[in-house]
This record gives sequence, structure tokens and C-alpha cells, in this order.
Amino acid sequence: MNNSPITEDDLHAYVDQALSTARRDQVAQYLEQHPDEAERIASYRKQRDQLRSALAPISEEPVPPELNLARMLDSARRPRFPVWRSAAAAVVLLAVGLTGGWSLQTLSQPATGGIIALADEATYSYQVYAGDKGRPVEIKASDQDSLVKWVSNRLGHNVSVPDLTGSGYRFMGGRVVATAHGPAGMFMYDDDNGTRLVMLTRAMAADKNSPMLSQSAGLVQRISWSKAGIGYSLVGPLSTEVLNPLANEMRRQIETNA
Amino acid sequence: MTDMIVLIEPLIPALRRYARSLMRDRSAADDLLQDCLERAVSHWHQRRDDGNARTWMFTILHNLAINRLQKTARRGVHLDIDDASDPALSGRPTQEDGLHQQDVLRALKTLPEEQRNVILLVSVEDLSYAETAKVLGIPIGTVMSRLARGRERLRQVLEGEVNNKIENGPHLRRVK
Repeated sequence: MNNSPITEDDLHAYVDQALSTARRDQVAQYLEQHPDEAERIASYRKQRDQLRSALAPISEEPVPPELNLARMLDSARRPRFPVWRSAAAAVVLLAVGLTGGWSLQTLSQPATGGIIALADEATYSYQVYAGDKGRPVEIKASDQDSLVKWVSNRLGHNVSVPDLTGSGYRFMGGRVVATAHGPAGMFMYDDDNGTRLVMLTRAMAADKNSPMLSQSAGLVQRISWSKAGIGYSLVGPLSTEVLNPLANEMRRQIETNA
Repeated sequence: MTDMIVLIEPLIPALRRYARSLMRDRSAADDLLQDCLERAVSHWHQRRDDGNARTWMFTILHNLAINRLQKTARRGVHLDIDDASDPALSGRPTQEDGLHQQDVLRALKTLPEEQRNVILLVSVEDLSYAETAKVLGIPIGTVMSRLARGRERLRQVLEGEVNNKIENGPHLRRVK
């Protein structure tokens, strides 16, 4: 039983029907004994009721089409370019690949499953998923356990998710992605400005133990390394100076957990 | 994303109502809410799972409104709550209710914005004091003091108004 004196806060909570039954009864009893206060509180109750009924019609108006949430979600999911443009681009790329691929084959030799290939694959994942507004990750951070289980099962070894909150990046979630060298785990992070980072990890057939390598690729930087046959590549729209400490922190945590 | 529809869609009418009180007119309010919904769609995955969707949405709406009002203020246009004579705010009440509702909305307009927002979130949108504190980014004690000052001021304005009307002209007297 609460016998503390009735406060102004109690009186407002009485108006808003936010008190426990016991406290409400105490306030009601108090008001019976203090008619001036009772009059004031009755007036607050009345203004509350009047406000509610005066503003109720707005919430009963039919919702206009521009506030249709389902439609908004649809257009967020739709690709930015019409499908035929993507298809046309694919045809062009295929043609370039067929004619140019053979002649360049010797030049791009290192990319056969090694650390450069991993960095490229991480960059593709970054390009596809980090820009996705509606569904950047398949499994969210809130369900980290099942994500870790899924990725570990597909990769055939236990993976852990590095925690970058100390550096201002939240873990968003991730998914399994396809690469030319088998399944890989993709983990995504973001900071308060919406800057997203992608970390890709998979088993390495080549370059099983590679020191950290930083490369830029277009607008992004990627830092890649491998240890004991597992490769990692961190990609983000940041300079090497900013990305490098994050990669170091990831490597440190991965090696501690291993 | 279906979870988003389930959680957010039912909030739209209430968000619309609060937006109407924050902005000058119906189209500015709907425009604000459209922005708010788009932001929610693109930031849905960043939502902290500990928070509830209603508080989250009201917070986004409130912050967007502040940004807009600041921008407009810099351009030198005075903005205030809807004119009480705006049919958008007055609804379709019966004639007797209508008089009270006009009074209360006009009185609400005279409050400082910070008190008005607290009163609307608490009294009309049924947010708890803690949720209101979160939406407005202020301590809960500040919510309580703004609520108390706002309600008292509203009471004085409403009672004062009744007296003024009686003094100023019998044609305005309400038949009780």
C-alpha cells in the first residue's frame, strides 16, 4: 500500500488514467476531500476529452495514396533501373567477357580463388547488398545465433561475427552468398550516418595464409587477409586509414575467438 | 518487411493527426508524414529491437518536423499550429460540440509549442510519460512539468475566454 503524499504528477496520471487501481482510489479519496483540486482536475479531464474529440476526425479521414505504406515498400524494393537496361548491360558485359576474357586470362592469373578473387567477391556483395534499402541482409542482427549457425553450416567451419560497436559500427546482420569459389558468409555493419561495411568470409583454396592487403576498387576500399585456410575481406566507402583499424580489430577478434 | 506493415500501418492515422498539429496545413502535414514513412522504410533494419515501433515512428516524425520548422524559420516565414478556423482541424462535430472544440483548439494554439506537443502526445495519442520523454528527447520530469504548466494554462485560457465572451457581446453567449 502506497501511503506517500499525493503529488501533482499523481493528479495528472489520474487524468490520464495511468495510475494503479490502489493509487487511483487514493487520489479519488483525496479529491473528495479537496473540492478546489477536484474542480481543477475535472477541468483537465474535460480539456482532455474535448481535445480528443476535436482531433478524432483527422484520424478517421481515409489515408491518401501517397501515404500507402505497402506501395512505398514495393517501390523501395523495385530496382532503380528498368529490367531491360540491366539485361542490356549484361549482354554487353558478356560480349566484353567473351572477347576480352581469353586475351586477359594470363594477366588475371592471381585471381583464381586467391586473395584478390576474395576481395572482388566481397566488393560484388558490397555493391549488391549495401545499396539495398529494403532488405540488405537476410537475417538480422537480432537473430545472430541462427545467422552464425547458417553460415557455419554452409561454410563447413565455425564462424564468429566480429563486434565493431567500439568503433561506432553496429552489426546489421548477414547472409550466405554465392561466389565462384563456393559459399561465403556476408556480414554487414553500419554507423549512425548510414555508412555500410561488408565483410565477406569463405574457405580459401589458394592464398591460405595471406597478410593484410589493402586495395581500392572504384569508390570503395577493401582490406583482405587469410589465415589457416579462411579468407576475410572488409569492404567500405572509406579510406585505408579509416578502414584499416576496423579490419585490424576484426582480425584480432577472429583470432581470439578461433 | 511484412512485419513492418503489420506494425506501422495501424499507426498512420494517429501519426497523421499529430503531424497535422505540428505543421501549418493538411498538405504540409501529409508531406511530413510521407517523409517519415519513407525514412522508416529505409531505416527499418536499423531499428533497435528494444524500442517499440510507435515511439520510434513518433520520434522520427517529431525530428523531421523540427528540421523543417528550423529551415522555414531561417527563411523567415512564421509557422504555427493550424489555424483553428481551418476546416481541416475542425472536423465535423455537432453544433454544440463544435463550439467547445473550436475553443479548445484555439486555446491549444496559444500554448508554447513545447507544452502543446506534450499535451498532444499524452492526452490525444495516449503515449506514456516515458514514451513521450523518448519521442521529445527530454527527461521525464520535464514532460511532467510541461504537462502541468500546459494544462493549467489551457484551463486559464478556456475559462478566461468564456468570461471574455460574456463580457464582449451577448450574441456570443453560449446557451447551456
